Amino acid sequence: MQTNIYLYIFVMAFSTWVMRVAASFIMRKPIKNMFIQSFLYYVPYVTLAVMTFPAIVEATGTPISGAAALIIGILAAWFGASLFKVAVFCCLTVFVLELFIH
Amino acid sequence: METSKEIFLKGYRDGIPIGAGYFAVAFSLGIAAREYGFNAFQGFLASILTYASAGQYMGFALYATNTALIELIILTFIINARYILMGFALNQRMPEGTPLRTRVLVGSCITDEIFGITIARPGVPTPFYTFGALFAAVPLWALGTALGISMGIILPARVVSALSVALFGMFLAVIIPPARKDKAVGIAVFVSFACSLAAVKLPVISGLSQGNRTILLTVLLSALFAVLFPRTADGEKIEKGGARDAD
Repeated sequence: MQTNIYLYIFVMAFSTWVMRVAASFIMRKPIKNMFIQSFLYYVPYVTLAVMTFPAIVEATGTPISGAAALIIGILAAWFGASLFKVAVFCCLTVFVLELFIH
Repeated sequence: METSKEIFLKGYRDGIPIGAGYFAVAFSLGIAAREYGFNAFQGFLASILTYASAGQYMGFALYATNTALIELIILTFIINARYILMGFALNQRMPEGTPLRTRVLVGSCITDEIFGITIARPGVPTPFYTFGALFAAVPLWALGTALGISMGIILPARVVSALSVALFGMFLAVIIPPARKDKAVGIAVFVSFACSLAAVKLPVISGLSQGNRTILLTVLLSALFAVLFPRTADGEKIEKGGARDAD
């Protein structure tokens, strides 16, 4: 028997929310332990870096345009472009390159 | 001192580029959702309630194979396990005595990108900021999903390809400026890139889902850097003698 699709959606949404707020229910004050503090400091950078590469190279029509978007994105962010501008530069890089490659 | 309204609007503004990226990615999610038997309304509902990319993609696929709800719950927990770590990182920045309500509201807004911009802001995370970002980004995520389902075939492949890197561009905008300022973060980012590439190529670990690879590498590498370059939650260096200097 096929499960009701709306039940499925609500269960998926609720389980995802539980993961988001789990730490909020567990933690009452900042952790003093030096290792944990340091660990949590690096979590965002490592997570986002791992999610970006090599996924960005695989997301595009050809790996070359993805790799170019990565380099342009790093340079733009390095020289202080805003979130929005970095995203736009990456998109434009892929769009323009793939005009020639395809 | 900024008012709550100003902080909300700041979050809303910062959320717009995230929403633009979401829109593009949601479009391709929508194309998949249609294959898995979701109509535009159901896709919109799933996206506005769940707002989790990899988790939703998996959820849609599980629905198509009529997987049991208990399995859906367990797999959703596993694929979204990084949200727990992000929740800890955000709560670590909140002082003792912060009401549970505030903690839960901030936590409820966690997505990879909203977490990224929230943690990049100095000071204590506030729900006004995170909800501002959420209100800008999530409707576009849901709209993108619905449009992907209803007219996914119309958009040219090259446009989808170009839009699909928007999210990664945003990730770079979050991690690269701190990497420039703080050498330890720079090394962490570079090593994470290298290990992530290796994890995709190496046997066994490449067999894991992308979400599981992400969480595994996050735990291992963050622990490694915590040992090599200790920091407080605000990024202050911890010297050997215990003295701290704000760098």
